[in-house]
Amino acid sequence: MMAASGDVVSIEAPHRRRSSLRRSAAMSAGLVIAAALVFAATFAPYIAPADPTSMDFQAPFHPPNRAHPFGTDNFGRDVLSRVLFGYRTSLLVGTGSVALSLVGGIPLGLLAGYLGGAVDHLIMRPMDALIAFPAILLTVALAGVLGTSTFVLMIVIAVVYLPIMVRTMRAAVLAVRAEPFVEGARARGASNLRLALRHVLPNAIDPVLIQASILMGIAILIEATLSFLGLGTQPPNPSLGLMLADGRDIMRDAPWVVVFPGLAIMLAVLSFNLTADGLRDVLDPKADRI
Amino acid sequence: MGLVRFLARRLLLTIPVLFGMSVVVFLLIRLVPGDPAQVILGLRATPEGLAAIHRDLGLDLPLHRQYVQWLENFVTGNMGQDYRSHVPVIVLLRQRLPVTLELAALSMLLSVLIALPLGVAAAVRRGGTADRAATLLGLVGISIPDFWLAIMLILFVALGLGVLPSSGFRPLVDDVAANLRSLLLPAVTLAAGLAAVLVRMTRASMAEVLNREYIRFTRAKGLRERLVVYKHALRNASIPIITVIGLQSGYLLGGAVVVEQVFDLPGLGSLTVNATLERNYPVVQATAMVIGLMFVAVNLATDVAYALLNPRIRAE
Repeated sequence: MMAASGDVVSIEAPHRRRSSLRRSAAMSAGLVIAAALVFAATFAPYIAPADPTSMDFQAPFHPPNRAHPFGTDNFGRDVLSRVLFGYRTSLLVGTGSVALSLVGGIPLGLLAGYLGGAVDHLIMRPMDALIAFPAILLTVALAGVLGTSTFVLMIVIAVVYLPIMVRTMRAAVLAVRAEPFVEGARARGASNLRLALRHVLPNAIDPVLIQASILMGIAILIEATLSFLGLGTQPPNPSLGLMLADGRDIMRDAPWVVVFPGLAIMLAVLSFNLTADGLRDVLDPKADRI
Repeated sequence: MGLVRFLARRLLLTIPVLFGMSVVVFLLIRLVPGDPAQVILGLRATPEGLAAIHRDLGLDLPLHRQYVQWLENFVTGNMGQDYRSHVPVIVLLRQRLPVTLELAALSMLLSVLIALPLGVAAAVRRGGTADRAATLLGLVGISIPDFWLAIMLILFVALGLGVLPSSGFRPLVDDVAANLRSLLLPAVTLAAGLAAVLVRMTRASMAEVLNREYIRFTRAKGLRERLVVYKHALRNASIPIITVIGLQSGYLLGGAVVVEQVFDLPGLGSLTVNATLERNYPVVQATAMVIGLMFVAVNLATDVAYALLNPRIRAE
């Protein structure tokens, strides 16, 4: 990951190479879709063709048409509008949980990797225990215990993500700590705090960013899944998972009520996965490139 | 370091993980806001009922004694009982576990059968049809919500074509064909996500190995291409692939939680979800613990598999 090429091994911290970002088609596509989705979710009240909760008993079970591009459900509610409002919940849970796990994971991973020894054990062993469960099981169990709401879901996903972030950060710190430029800075008398924050952290953050993008997509999946199971977002709040749970009962008559929300989830997850793939290409040219 | 010492060390390392896991599961119930007994009984709560549950869960003891008691009970198979049906939890586990294991095994088999040849073909001829198919599967497979794929299969294959059952389960001992028919769609659902990860790893790992010197040498010797690819290259590419299979079995167990619910299969996953919805805590604890244990066991098996495949790992 270091730019230690050339005739002299640099002992300066290699500064972020933003200028040399290679264009990555995957990342561009991912970012464009993700940005469009964030825009659509943010401005859902202005761009949605209808109120997502307003029922129209004159127009139930309408297949997709000009007025209702995604059709209507059994109450005559506009499916497209409900998808747009569902995105708000998806993205809120996604960004919230990833942000929380970053806030906890970056300092803990930095401490564990940088200090090592007893501190490392103290931080990593509880993380090992948390990671010993499949994520969805842990979220199901925690949601069942802590209650079911969008907010709890965000916290629960953050808890599940924490060990992943800590591990990623720690591994990157371990690799960077051994680099000559860190030794160089130490020899020049930089304090531990300065070394960790100024030299190690900026050079170890890339894998964490890639991980964050992947986890963003997975958070959207988990939100939808738990809401589908009745353990996440509760009605009348909008959620793509809830729409699928409700839609199952009427899907034989109106398949569009289950087809579109699912495609919507997939598109969102796909955009974050593409972004992660692209980030990996750009930030870490050596890894995973064939 | 010899193989035996490696295994011994690896086994010792699972002890702290098991301990931590049991603490997490134990503390789950204690995280319930308020009195768990009240939550369990709800409107049916009577003073006698509450006291009985306190006694069952050992809630009247200090926390560390509660933990020791709970662990002792768990290890001896005394995991309490289902608060609804009063069936001992261990009996439920015995009924449900085989269904989930069969589903997981079938999904694993399906995904390996699809992903391995596709990943190899993609690496051998990069940019070809197989490569494009592999890229598509790799991307779509990890982005598709498994419960939605399940719904789509029910809607279009089970109900639409009417060829396979949309829900329900036939035990293997009853009727093998009916059993496989009842598990095919759930297994396809679970296999999709796994195959996606596997095809990516196979392609990457094979591509790297095929570039190595010794492969060029075996080709130069005039070995048949099939032998070069499947014997010489695949064996050396297999370590990361096996790692991924091992790591992803956790995903299978987690995915089973959702897929069993959609297809109405009487497995461990649907037991967990229903118990969670009903706040049936002894059942939640037991299923979480069992799934966690299986996860740890699979990780252990994965590590052992690589030690056998690659002697260098043992030396570390």
